[in-house]
Amino acid sequence: MAAQPVLVPEPAEALPDLDLGGDQGLLQWISSVDHKQIGIMYLWVALLFMLIGGVEVLLMRVQLAVPKNTFMGPEIYNQLFTMHGTTMIFFVAMPAIFGFATYLVPLMIGANEMAFPRLNALSLWITFFGGLLLYFSFLAGGAPDAGWFNYAPLNQYNYSFRPGIDYYCAGLLLAGIGTVSAACNFVVTILRYRVPGMGLKQLPVFVWMMLIDSFLIIFSFPALNAALAMLLLDRQLHAHFFDVQAGGSALLWQHLFWLFGHPEVYIVILPSFGILSEVFAVFSRKPIFGYSFIVGSGIAIGLLAFGVWIHHMLAVGLGNVVNGFFSASSMLIGIPTGIKIFNWLATMHGGSLRFSTAMKFAVAFLVEFTIGGLSGIAFAIVPIDLQLTDTYFVVAHIHYVFIGGTLFGLLAGLFYWFPKMSGRQLSERLGSWFFWLFVIGFNGTFLVQHVLGTLGMPRRVYTYPDLPGWGTLNMISTIGGFLMGAATLLLVYMVIKAIRSGPAATSDPWDAFTLEWSTASPPPLQNFDRVVPVRSARPFRDLKRPGDADWLKPGKKEGYHEREQSVD
Amino acid sequence: MAFIYFSLAPGFRQQQLAALDLRSTGGFTALLFASSFTYMRAEASYRQGAPGRLKGWLLATIGLGALFLLGQVREFRGLFARHVDIASNTFGTSFFTLTGFHGLHVLAGLVVLSILVGRAFAGDFNQPNLSVLSAVGIYWHFVDIVWAVVFSVVYVLPHFTHFGS
Ligand code: HEM
Ligand SMILES: [Cu+2]
Repeated sequence: MAAQPVLVPEPAEALPDLDLGGDQGLLQWISSVDHKQIGIMYLWVALLFMLIGGVEVLLMRVQLAVPKNTFMGPEIYNQLFTMHGTTMIFFVAMPAIFGFATYLVPLMIGANEMAFPRLNALSLWITFFGGLLLYFSFLAGGAPDAGWFNYAPLNQYNYSFRPGIDYYCAGLLLAGIGTVSAACNFVVTILRYRVPGMGLKQLPVFVWMMLIDSFLIIFSFPALNAALAMLLLDRQLHAHFFDVQAGGSALLWQHLFWLFGHPEVYIVILPSFGILSEVFAVFSRKPIFGYSFIVGSGIAIGLLAFGVWIHHMLAVGLGNVVNGFFSASSMLIGIPTGIKIFNWLATMHGGSLRFSTAMKFAVAFLVEFTIGGLSGIAFAIVPIDLQLTDTYFVVAHIHYVFIGGTLFGLLAGLFYWFPKMSGRQLSERLGSWFFWLFVIGFNGTFLVQHVLGTLGMPRRVYTYPDLPGWGTLNMISTIGGFLMGAATLLLVYMVIKAIRSGPAATSDPWDAFTLEWSTASPPPLQNFDRVVPVRSARPFRDLKRPGDADWLKPGKKEGYHEREQSVD
Repeated sequence: MAFIYFSLAPGFRQQQLAALDLRSTGGFTALLFASSFTYMRAEASYRQGAPGRLKGWLLATIGLGALFLLGQVREFRGLFARHVDIASNTFGTSFFTLTGFHGLHVLAGLVVLSILVGRAFAGDFNQPNLSVLSAVGIYWHFVDIVWAVVFSVVYVLPHFTHFGS
C-alpha cells in the first residue's frame, strides 16, 4: 500500500527569536524557545547539579568511612545530607526527566513544538534559578539542615534559625511552579498536538508515561507548594501552622509532604519506565510485549500513588486501622510494578538482543530495581518498618529505586538518544567501561547498607561507634561511592569528547521504531515538514518494512489493533 | 485544608464566631457573585458583536470585584484592631492565609480584567472568535466558586455545627 505522508502544521503563531540565520552563540541558547534546545539545557542543568550533589555525598562518605571520624562536624554534615537529597530529587531527577521529555515528546508525536513554547522556556529558567537560590543559602549563612523532607519542628525558626530553610522554601517553590507549568504544557501538547492517525493506542510508551506523570505532578506538587508557602509564613510572619506550642501541628507537615512525596517517587520512576520500554523493544527487535498492560499498569500506579503516603509515617503511631490500610495499599502498588517487569522480560524473550550500552543499563535496571522494589514491599509490612525505619536499610531502598531505577533508566535513555540529540555517536567502548564501573560502584555502595541497616545503624547521623562490622561495611560503602564518582567523571569526559569529535551519527543508528528517528540527527529547527503515516505504535518501522507492517496484522498483539482510521 | 484541620480543635469555634461578621461579609459575597453575572453579560455582548456594551459590563465586573476586596480589607483592619492577626493563634493563621490567598487571586483577576478593558478600548475586540474572554471567564468564575466554598466553611458552617467546642 502506498504510504501517504502526513503533513505537519507549523505552530499557528510565528515564534520570536527563532532566526537561526546567524549563529549568536550563547545568546541564542538562553533566548531560545525551541523545545529541542530547552530540552538539552534541562539536561545540562541536571548534569551540573549532579556533579554538585555528587561532591556533597562523597564528602559525607569520607566522614563515614571510619568510626568516630572527626573530618567534619554534625552541622556541616546535616547541611550536606539535606542539600544532597534535595538537589538530587528536585534539581537532578526532575530536570533530567523534563530534559528528555521536552526534547522527545513533540518529536515522538510528530509535532513541531510544545503547545506553549514560551511557557516551556519559563519553566526551565525558573527551575534553574530555584536551584541557584537554594545554593545561595550557603553564602547567606548556612544551608538548610533538616533533611530533604524538612520535618516540623526541625524546620521551625526555634530549631533552625539560620536562613537555610527559608531558601529551601523559596527555591523549591520556584522550581515547583516551573514543574507544574511544564506538566500542564505536556498534557496539552500530548492531547492536542498528535499527528493525525496517532490515536492514544499508538502513542509511544514513553509519551504515555509522561502523560500520566504530568497528571501526577499537577495533583501532587500543589500539596508541596502549599506546604512550603505555609512554612514560609510560619518562619517569616510567625504564623502557627506547624508550631506545636501554639496549637499548630507538626504532623500536618508530614501529611502534606508525603501527600506530595510519595507520588513524587513515582513521578521520577515512570519516565524511566517509558524510556526502558522503548529501549527494550528496539534492542530486542520486537514490539513491546503487552502494550496495553504496560500502559494500564502505569495508570494504576498513578492512581495508587496517592493512596499510600502514610507508609512513610507508619512509625508515627496513627493506629492499627490506618497503618493496616496503608500497608495493604502499598503492597498493591507492587502488582502493577511487577507486571511491567514481566512485560519487559517477555519483550526480550525470543528477541534478537543487541547489548549496546543503552541495553546494558536497561538490563541492569531490571535487577537493581527489583531489589529496590522488594525492600519497599518489606517496609510496607508494619512490624518490619518499625524495626528498619530511619536506618540505613531505608537509605539502601531509596538508592536502589532512585539510582538502580530512575538513574539507570535515564542513562539508558542518554545512550539511546544521544546520537539523535547531538548527531554524534558516543563511544561504545568507553560506554562499556562506564557501565561496569558505575554498576560495581553502585552495588558496592548500597548493597552493604542493607546489612548496616539491619544491624541497626541509624541514618542521618554524622558518626557512629566502633561496633563489630560497622567500620568495614562503611569503608566498603565509601569505596563504592568513589567508584561511582570516577564513573561520573568518565561520563562527562565521554559526552564532551563525543560532542567535540565523535563520529557522526546517521539519522537512525539503532534501526528504531518511532517517529523521532525519521528526521535528521540532530533534527532541523522545524522538526518535520511531513511525517510518515501513523497506523500502529511503530510507524517508522512500518515505513521501513512495508510488507511486514504492524497494521497489516490486526489483532496479532495487544496495542497493535488497527482501527479503521483514515490517515490524511 | 489546614483550616478545617484546625477547626476541629477545641476553642476554635468560639474565636471564629466572635471574630467574624457574617452579615457584612455576606453582603460583599453577594457583590462578588454578581460580578460573575456581569462578566457573563460581557461575554454575551462580545458574542453579539457589541463592543460598547462589552466595555460597560467589564467595567462593572471590575467595580464589583474591587468592592469585594475593599470589604475584605475592611474586615482585616477590624480584626487587626482587635489584635487578631496571623501570628496570634491558629485561627488567625489559617483565616488570614486562606482568605488572603483568595484575595490575592481576586486581585490578580482584577489586573487581568483591567488589561482586557484596555484592549477593549484599544479596539481589539471588534473582531470575532477570540478565546481570551472565555479563558479569563473560566478563571473569574473559578475564583468565585472557590469563595463560595470558603465562605460557607469559614463564615456559615460554624453557626450550625457544634463539634469540638
Ligand atoms: C514497590 C514499590 C514501593 C514500595 C512498596 C515502597 C515502600 C516504601 C516505604 C514503606 C518507605 C518508608 C520507609 C521508612 O521510612 O521507614 C519507603 C521509603 C522511600 N521510598 Fe519507597 N517504595 C516503593 C518504591 C519506590 C520507588 C519507585 C521510589 C523512587 C524512585 C521510592 C523512593 C523512596 C524514598 C526516597 C524513600 C525514603 C523517604 C525518606 O524517608 O527520605 N520507593 N518506600
Ligand atoms: Cu512511598
